[in-house]
Amino acid sequence: MGHESLSQIFIGTLLTNNFVLAMFLGLCPFLGVSGRLSTAVPMGAATTFVMLVASLCAYALNLLLSYFNLEFLRLISYIVVIASAVQLVEMVMKKYSPALFRALGIFLPLITTNCAVLAVALFQTAREYNFSQSLVFALGGGAGFTLALVLMASLRERLQLANVPVLVQGTALSLILAGLLSLTFMGFAGLGGGE
Amino acid sequence: MSLPNPADEGITFDTFMEGVWRQNPVFVMVLGMCPVMAVTVSAINGISMGIATTFVLTCSCFLVSLLRKLVPKEVRIATYIVIIATFVTLVDYLIQAGSLALYEALGAFIQLIVVNCIILGRAEAHASRNPPLKAVVNALGMGLGFTIGLFALGGTREILGAGKLFGISLFGEHFQPWVVMVLPPGGFFVLGGWLLLFALFRGKAAEGGHTHGA
Repeated sequence: MGHESLSQIFIGTLLTNNFVLAMFLGLCPFLGVSGRLSTAVPMGAATTFVMLVASLCAYALNLLLSYFNLEFLRLISYIVVIASAVQLVEMVMKKYSPALFRALGIFLPLITTNCAVLAVALFQTAREYNFSQSLVFALGGGAGFTLALVLMASLRERLQLANVPVLVQGTALSLILAGLLSLTFMGFAGLGGGE
Repeated sequence: MSLPNPADEGITFDTFMEGVWRQNPVFVMVLGMCPVMAVTVSAINGISMGIATTFVLTCSCFLVSLLRKLVPKEVRIATYIVIIATFVTLVDYLIQAGSLALYEALGAFIQLIVVNCIILGRAEAHASRNPPLKAVVNALGMGLGFTIGLFALGGTREILGAGKLFGISLFGEHFQPWVVMVLPPGGFFVLGGWLLLFALFRGKAAEGGHTHGA
């Protein structure tokens, strides 16, 4: 699978195989932080950054581990790298934007357990992407995540003014919304020619 | 391993049932959603995933609970993650050796058990504060609750989307499958539906037993 062009990979991860809506990755922050647009965008940006760092490190680590025949350590080393990257983002954000830091709250350290980030590292290894392909894959994944988050946040902001039955309010409503969004994204199938 | 002394509340039936019903990870806490949605296209996938997760959850909680007095507070999350990742690697190789078909059906989601929020959440919220035996009982309950949730979702999607349950055809050959249910949007819709059902039940229960509802 290592011969896809860069644009194919980008469009594929952004729309056709959107991480959140088609592959069900990163649902916890997707449902948790998508209440307001003002937190959705920085959360998306932070996640994208962590993805890029994770992708870079995973690429280097994979070379190293394959060289020493230590593939069984892959998962553990990836997760440790991601955890450190998140710690870094957290410290930077705390220093330069304390308000944002508080708004994102518990969901910031939880980027570590965002499956989308680990999935970037795992998938790029499984698909044997080369260096530039890995980076574009991470960028596309992050952009796709941000896109889904922003769309969802906008929808939910609109719905705050709507008169929704009490029973449906909360997570059930978000899930049904996400289902509709996911249906919409299925319309992109075949785009990018990678399928 | 010391027996739980009477001072801290020992292991009760509720330690086990907490995860199955009151704090069900899928329907009440809505945690660990990624594997829940992604692998539940059929009942059998759901159950396998549930069992794998239960195994990792129980082993990790046991170890975390054993080490709870040794691990410094600052590095506890990193320690937990490494413990969890170890067991996930184990499960990954076990499934690969046991059933290649299952391994391919679950795909990357076996390795992604590492980042399942339930496991880290339970390690942090329960196992790190309780003796090993209690932690294991609670983890088993949580795992069972998670498996039930996965089965409910996988079963519903398989019945609606393919007209089958465990690969056995239910409605005869004229059944028109509701294909969207096994596609990604179906996962969201079915879970949304289940949550609605639960909200309805709890609404009824709260009305019936007045002030007792949470």
